[in-house]
Amino acid sequence: MSQIDAADSGLRDGKKLTIALAGNANVGKSVIFNQLTGLHQHVGNWPGKTVKRAEGTLSFGGYTIDVVDLPGIYSLSTYSLEEKVSREYIAVEHPDAIINVVDASALERNLFFTVQLLEIEPHLLVALNQMDSAEKKGIRVDEAALSKLLGVPVVPTTATRNEGLQELMVEVIRIHEEGKPSSKPLGFGPEVEAIIDELVCDLGDVNVPYPRLWVAVKLLEGDEELETLVYGQKPTMEHKVVAARRRVEEIHGHDVVSVIASERYAQASRIASQASTHVELRSSAWKRLEEATDHPILGYAIMIAIIVGMFYSIFTFGDYMSKLLGSAFELLRASYYSALGSGPLQGFLWNGLVEGAIAGTSIALPYIVPFFLVLSLLEDSGYLARVAFLMDSLMHRIGLHGKGFIPMMLGFGCNVPACLGCSIMETERERLICAFVSSLVPCAARSIVIMGLVATYLGFGWAVTLYALDFMLIFILGRVAFKVLPGEPMGLIMEMPSYKIPTAKVTGQRTWFRLKDFIVEAFPVIIIGNLVIYVANLVGLLNLIQQAFSPVTVWWLGLPAATGIVLIFGVLRKELTLILLASLMGTTNFALILSPSQMFVFAFVVMIYIPCIATIAVLSKEFGARTAALISLTEIVLAVVLGGIVFRVFLITGIL
Amino acid sequence: MSENVEEYLEAIYSLNERSELAKNQELSERLKVSPPSVSEMIRKLSEDGLISYEPYKGVVLTGKGMARAQKVVRKHRLLERFLHDRLGLRMDKVHSEACMMEHGLSDEVAAALCDSMNSPKTCPDDAKPIPACTLDVSGCESCKVARQKDEKLHRLVTQLSNLRPGEVGKVAFLRDAGQASQRIMDMGLCLGTPVKVVKSAPFHGPVEVSVRDTTLALGRELADKIYVEVENGIPEPPHPHRPNAVIVK
Repeated sequence: MSQIDAADSGLRDGKKLTIALAGNANVGKSVIFNQLTGLHQHVGNWPGKTVKRAEGTLSFGGYTIDVVDLPGIYSLSTYSLEEKVSREYIAVEHPDAIINVVDASALERNLFFTVQLLEIEPHLLVALNQMDSAEKKGIRVDEAALSKLLGVPVVPTTATRNEGLQELMVEVIRIHEEGKPSSKPLGFGPEVEAIIDELVCDLGDVNVPYPRLWVAVKLLEGDEELETLVYGQKPTMEHKVVAARRRVEEIHGHDVVSVIASERYAQASRIASQASTHVELRSSAWKRLEEATDHPILGYAIMIAIIVGMFYSIFTFGDYMSKLLGSAFELLRASYYSALGSGPLQGFLWNGLVEGAIAGTSIALPYIVPFFLVLSLLEDSGYLARVAFLMDSLMHRIGLHGKGFIPMMLGFGCNVPACLGCSIMETERERLICAFVSSLVPCAARSIVIMGLVATYLGFGWAVTLYALDFMLIFILGRVAFKVLPGEPMGLIMEMPSYKIPTAKVTGQRTWFRLKDFIVEAFPVIIIGNLVIYVANLVGLLNLIQQAFSPVTVWWLGLPAATGIVLIFGVLRKELTLILLASLMGTTNFALILSPSQMFVFAFVVMIYIPCIATIAVLSKEFGARTAALISLTEIVLAVVLGGIVFRVFLITGIL
Repeated sequence: MSENVEEYLEAIYSLNERSELAKNQELSERLKVSPPSVSEMIRKLSEDGLISYEPYKGVVLTGKGMARAQKVVRKHRLLERFLHDRLGLRMDKVHSEACMMEHGLSDEVAAALCDSMNSPKTCPDDAKPIPACTLDVSGCESCKVARQKDEKLHRLVTQLSNLRPGEVGKVAFLRDAGQASQRIMDMGLCLGTPVKVVKSAPFHGPVEVSVRDTTLALGRELADKIYVEVENGIPEPPHPHRPNAVIVK
């Protein structure tokens, strides 16, 4: 895309367009978005919602085009927040064009959504994407026929190879300049159509921001949001809608929701079969790979091998890089002090401001970068959906479905992306449970403490015991949260995408955007938190706190008094507890300062006592400060209570 | 369907119900027939696609077999309830009485029996669940109307989760799916759509299905709420004394 030269003329003319990308999940929508906008994008939230809103700009053909990437959805009901946000956006903000990204290899299911988009009468275009994988499946789509049947322009694209996007933008501008009327709905069967027409008449002068026809259909379907909106203005509508619903049910013998869904699918099916041909191909190597990875025994073996291999390589690489960066920063620090002298101001600048950024870079990034890369690879290849499939029954025991395993896996790297990743769950309730348990997953930082203290001094078996205790706790707390939180649990309904080879550009972009998210969310908090604690230490506040804490740390947990300060610092980043303990005690040989049982109790408390400050920040952004505080408080109480119990168990039994 | 086949399906059902495969030996003891005749019957049932046989492990009902077994087990357990609760028969007698009556009970009378007893959930002797009714009704109020529509009364319907890999069913209706029903239909599983089960994950895990050229993973609890028709409704065997019976020569 010739962005640079086009940019100038666009700015000169001041011509602006807003377009939105809409479509199912896994159709390559975000790939198109990334290809179109490159690095000119920013991710925020929809106002007041926990749903991601990705926006970007490009310049093309003399226009500055704002692109909004709507969430991947299958319908325009209000089943999920994503659907609600999308339909409000399309209907209320009237973008100049909606590009419906359609997966050519699953035409029928994708057209079901297209049929619904047409009902809101936007300026619609169809990007017929993934033409390459459709061909591999033996599916050929005739785009001219499809365009005729839908009554909207259709542009074939293969976004991963940047094919067809130029034509797509040309078409967007053409529609705009020709001032074409908005797209028309395809309609329903004659009986339903007649009933809808009547309802449209009955609506009269009711003031709604949506097309009337669509409002009538949604009322018939029992859409709560529109019911409140319409019945509030015209209470007489209610009994008319109820009567209409009963008539549809009498004619078809099924409830209205099923009838309307069936009729929409009938349209989609008719169009798909008229516009495409399907030749059954011999089962390919990919198909056999799918067989193997979903297999009841082999599938689990492959999954365990992949996950173990993944963590092993990430930790080996991370450890190596972390040490390398650590010594590099050590050199930097030495040259900083030798260049500027070691006065209090220099000390303040370095320890209060620079240290936080350095620690984030040298301790978190070496683990997080490869983790995100591998994760993006797994996601782009289609394997992650298999993991969710295989883990569904286990995850059910903690009240989540299989998809919840994905953020939890992220949590092993870092809890911050894990909590952000919980947005893949459908409901607020599921998101919250998922984020809560994810904040208890031992992240890389906690693993450093467990490995550096328990595994090194007590042996690997004790480290495994700690992990096992943590998993038990996750299991129990997950169940409690599942029971306590109100709402209906959601079952797993997920598309299983076919495998494909990830492309470097797409995976690279995905990794980069995740990483950017992390840096933007976590780094400011790390730096500011570091500064606050540093200042508190300077004014002597920490010693006071340490004394105030000593009943808990010394009497109840049986730990040295210095751990009070260490645990406070640990809120910033958990691996700091170990580093700080060494510097406070003046030795890195922990065997001299902690008894074996103290090591275990200390690592246990560090593992669960509070999410780190960056995680708390993300939690409060996603779920509100109150929930974040509640989760933190729960975990502090748990760590202290259980830590004391563990200490006493050791004391009485004398095992350690 | 002959009585004999029904007896076998019932026996296999009650073994499968305890999540065990039914072994030849157990079937032979339960039905009081010789092991060779059991083997012969297993071969026949397997050919008809009612059961799936795993050598040395035993047999498990297919979706088709399950739909039939559920129908007869439902009649059996409803009859037990009726004999015990309404007619006051002794507990130790209800089973054998029900065994004799179940094969002659028409689908319509079974539905009426269920309705008249306010749709009981379990049978009286061992509190086993009565298989759910297969009429597409939202509640017992609409039972009477629904059971008079003959073509729907006889169709063979079972939960999607009961289908074995490779089996195909047509979505008949969703029951108690609540909020999820919209989602299930949005993903393409609306009424009348053929669905093929590709794989069932172990440990009560999700079911992988193929529908409209796409593959979906469905949680087991959702697959339990989706009822599929496994074959066209077969009319009940004609009987000279049954009203409206048409005897085809």
